[in-house]
Amino acid sequence: MKIININDNFDEEVRKYKGISIVDFWADWCGPCKMFGPIFENVSKKYDNIKFCKLNVDENEEIPKEFGIMSIPCIVMFKDGEEIKRNIGFIDEDGLNDFIGDLNV
Amino acid sequence: MYDIIIIGAGPSGMTAGIYSGIARKKVLLLEKEAYGGQILKASCIKNYPGLDNVSGIDYAQKLYNQVKELNIDIKFESALEVKNYDKFKEVITNKNSYKTKTIIIASGAKNRKLGLNNEDKLIGKGISYCATCDGMFFKDKKVAITGGGRTAIDDALYLSNICKKVYVIYRQKEFKFDSINLSNLRKKDNVEFIFNTNIIDINGNEKLESIVLKENDIDDTTTLKIDGLFIAIGHIPVSEMFNNLIKTDEKGYIISNEECTTNIEGIFVAGDIREKNVRQLTTACSDGTIAAINACKYIENEKQTDKCI
Repeated sequence: MKIININDNFDEEVRKYKGISIVDFWADWCGPCKMFGPIFENVSKKYDNIKFCKLNVDENEEIPKEFGIMSIPCIVMFKDGEEIKRNIGFIDEDGLNDFIGDLNV
Repeated sequence: MYDIIIIGAGPSGMTAGIYSGIARKKVLLLEKEAYGGQILKASCIKNYPGLDNVSGIDYAQKLYNQVKELNIDIKFESALEVKNYDKFKEVITNKNSYKTKTIIIASGAKNRKLGLNNEDKLIGKGISYCATCDGMFFKDKKVAITGGGRTAIDDALYLSNICKKVYVIYRQKEFKFDSINLSNLRKKDNVEFIFNTNIIDINGNEKLESIVLKENDIDDTTTLKIDGLFIAIGHIPVSEMFNNLIKTDEKGYIISNEECTTNIEGIFVAGDIREKNVRQLTTACSDGTIAAINACKYIENEKQTDKCI
């Protein structure tokens, strides 16, 4: 699925979304985030039923604060708008596939 | 079979990758986390000849691109063990095992921890080992940094420009060096130095709430409410997975020399993991160069020997 930029519309795209979504919290000044970017994009192409989103923590400070994001890269998985798990720190494609796991989606 | 397996994609490992790649060797570069290693923490590199105001991140990216251009295999796997056989060597990772003619160990060093309860649990939830990585999340907040080395001072200065309040906690009575950054730090209104004091406890469940301080030779403790704790108390070598084969000093640094050889022929060492006195970006790159050139020489010599037989 195509990656969606949700700096301004977290509520519409994630909180109100019925299904699985993953948000990549990132910033320009974060090296491992930049390294993780292409990995997130590659993996997103493999899953049709997961919504892949990116949120820049400099553009939107409120949502990271609400979810207690204090270190990036951080990916958070949501189901029907509720957080179900997260991973802090750089992971490669295998790591991201493991994180997604067997969701039967 | 690989010619050279390099363990660790920090500056020394990636430099070894460049030299091995240019020598057209079949190379595998292993990295367990993000490439770049400790240089990723540098907000600005000011001591590498010819580099002008490059951030550690940009530098790591440039190095990585340079290595990738050379058709080297790069895998994000964690090396767990190295084995030495008569005709080859083997690297076991968390996912695979690989045969190779030579190995360059460039596994570097990791952050030293305080070793307190809740420390691991609260990493990324208020506890950090990298001010330049996580400092922005503590904008206008109260943080503490513990440590008394140059890294702690540089990080404290960085944080003082972002955070409302920065406590600098150090177990000794005064710093043992002087620097421009230290004198700048002393002038900051929002920085408070707490000397002769240790952190003895960390409190918080979902996130860090407070730390408990104890001054040396005084029984009472004080609780300090903070949003973030930055730990900058040095590094420890990442060599425990090679201990069965490779000789280290009592601290865990691999015993070597200017040729970057180890006690096992065909296994070389480069960068911060090597026993030495000066650990800088320049010396890491230097080690990577020497280790790669010597690994190439070793492969050529082995070929000659085989021909004689």
